Amino acid sequence: MLRELINKLSDPIISFPMMTFAFYLMLKHYKTVGTKKFAYWTIAILIPVIVWFLADPNFFSIIKTPDNIPIIILLVLVGFFTWFWLYKAALNDTRIEEGLCPIEATPEEREKVWVWPNLVYTELFAIIACTAFLIVWAIIFKAPLEESANPTWAPNPAKAPWYFLGLQEMLVYFDPWMAGVVLPGLIVAGLIAVPYIDTNPKGNGYFTFKERKMAISAFLFGWLVLWVYLIIVGVFLRGPNWTFYGPFEYWDFHKVVASFNINLSEIIWIKMLGTGLPKNLVVREIFGIILSLSYIIVIPPWAAKATKAGRKLIQDLGVTRYYIFMFLVLMMTSLPIKMILRWLFSLKYIVALPEWELNL
Amino acid sequence: MSGKGIAQKVRDTQVWKSIFRHGPPDNARNRAAVVAGNVFLHLHPIKLKKSGVQLGYTWCMGGLTFFIFLALTVTGLLLMFYYRPTAEYAYNDIIALREHVPLGIMREIHRWGAHAMVITVWIHMFRVFMTGSYKPPREFNWGVGVILLVLTLLLSFTGYLLPWDQLAIWAITVGSGMAKATPFMGNAGPGAMLARIGDFVMVSDKNDVRFQLLGGRFVGEPALLRFYILHCVFIPLVVGVLIAVHFWRVRKDGGISAPL
Repeated sequence: MLRELINKLSDPIISFPMMTFAFYLMLKHYKTVGTKKFAYWTIAILIPVIVWFLADPNFFSIIKTPDNIPIIILLVLVGFFTWFWLYKAALNDTRIEEGLCPIEATPEEREKVWVWPNLVYTELFAIIACTAFLIVWAIIFKAPLEESANPTWAPNPAKAPWYFLGLQEMLVYFDPWMAGVVLPGLIVAGLIAVPYIDTNPKGNGYFTFKERKMAISAFLFGWLVLWVYLIIVGVFLRGPNWTFYGPFEYWDFHKVVASFNINLSEIIWIKMLGTGLPKNLVVREIFGIILSLSYIIVIPPWAAKATKAGRKLIQDLGVTRYYIFMFLVLMMTSLPIKMILRWLFSLKYIVALPEWELNL
Repeated sequence: MSGKGIAQKVRDTQVWKSIFRHGPPDNARNRAAVVAGNVFLHLHPIKLKKSGVQLGYTWCMGGLTFFIFLALTVTGLLLMFYYRPTAEYAYNDIIALREHVPLGIMREIHRWGAHAMVITVWIHMFRVFMTGSYKPPREFNWGVGVILLVLTLLLSFTGYLLPWDQLAIWAITVGSGMAKATPFMGNAGPGAMLARIGDFVMVSDKNDVRFQLLGGRFVGEPALLRFYILHCVFIPLVVGVLIAVHFWRVRKDGGISAPL
């Protein structure tokens, strides 16, 4: 019963909004989350839950794949360091509120110390610990090796390496030219652009949340919800034919998923106007084209004029930075928007121009 | 003779003095000399901010990434002795490595280390962002770091193909399949059909970016050779140069974080 419920809940339709909401709660109550008490309670609750998960044969058969071990290590580290950042940021923000200097920015901490022995010995210990860890890992787990390459027989599901599974998961919602080329390219370009867009001089050299809410929220949403979470979905919850399988569900190759996704042009011309699709491609897709273009072109200047946050932002950043920032954020949020449209309206493409290989 | 006495004797020999041209690092002058006089240690400054040595602040992930990169270079080099990048031999060489090398864990260290490096790079970037360390004067170095992150993923991706098993070719087939959807430069990408003159198709599956990447229309032997060279020579060289730039700029920009 409980297992079936968890299978249902982990479907991205439910788990993605839940993750987003949890992310919002985490940042809203970051001072509560960033306490040792919270961490102990979380661990105390998580350990029996994990044991119960592992006791399930279907879940265990996914987890025990050797190439999935790094993802478990990644999840543990991301969880720990996210909490650790909150902990440090909460301490510093409380100090800042009291008119004190952040811990890492006090004159004592900014004092200079000798590299020998302070830093070289830290490095030495880190190297030894890391070497030991890698050797133990290498002795316990054999590197995976499957049958010899066979170009005529494709495994199902055929998955990319785990660190690209967030991108592969995006293929559910976008065509390869977006999910595999444009969006990854924008992630890289956007990351490089970060220091030139973020003009806020505060928070340089110490942990804080209060002083950099906007920058940190945008970055963390992309990193935790859109990158790490989608990797989890891609690795653990996608089975044959990239169909969704709950963590306790057997990967049945014959699972049938009803899918009748339709395009925006079909909704408008056939369902609403009842005229059938026009012959001319541009006329056929005109609503989607206008909608997509106005998403990128109309929203930023409108927000800069009509909303309070937008007015403040364009004043702080200047015109060029503001438009680049808005473009990047809109491209990032295009993924959750596409997800929601898919789930609510079974929408396949906003702009469907397979004749030009241009589907959005 | 006491231990201290022997140590002193060794330090007084001509051989020792020719290698280490300073006394033991127990006073300020020698502590500076031991770092500045050693080509490896002089990646470091002589002194640094106290926060820069605290694990709670640095998380040590950047340094570990570099160390794992070195470990991967060494283990990878050893693996190259046993491995031939051809469709005929590649898989069998990996099998042989498994069965004929007693207690061999080099491939294991190499593979798990590669995964570990992806993770440490990500956490390193996470820490750098959270401490605002990309802020002036370090904007440029952040960009170098982002490119190093991409190259780390590409190193791992190109290495994924080399065992030449089912996992390898199909993961690379899925991954490289994205390239054919590149706008204007992939045969199934938007804009590709514009690039034609009459019946002559300029961007086809015989010349698009995917073809250039794989040296063919599917993941075959030419792809194996290309990925092998990218993995073992080309990308590591670029990464090595960029690491040098990255570390140099950390020093020139006044340490890992905080305003100058």
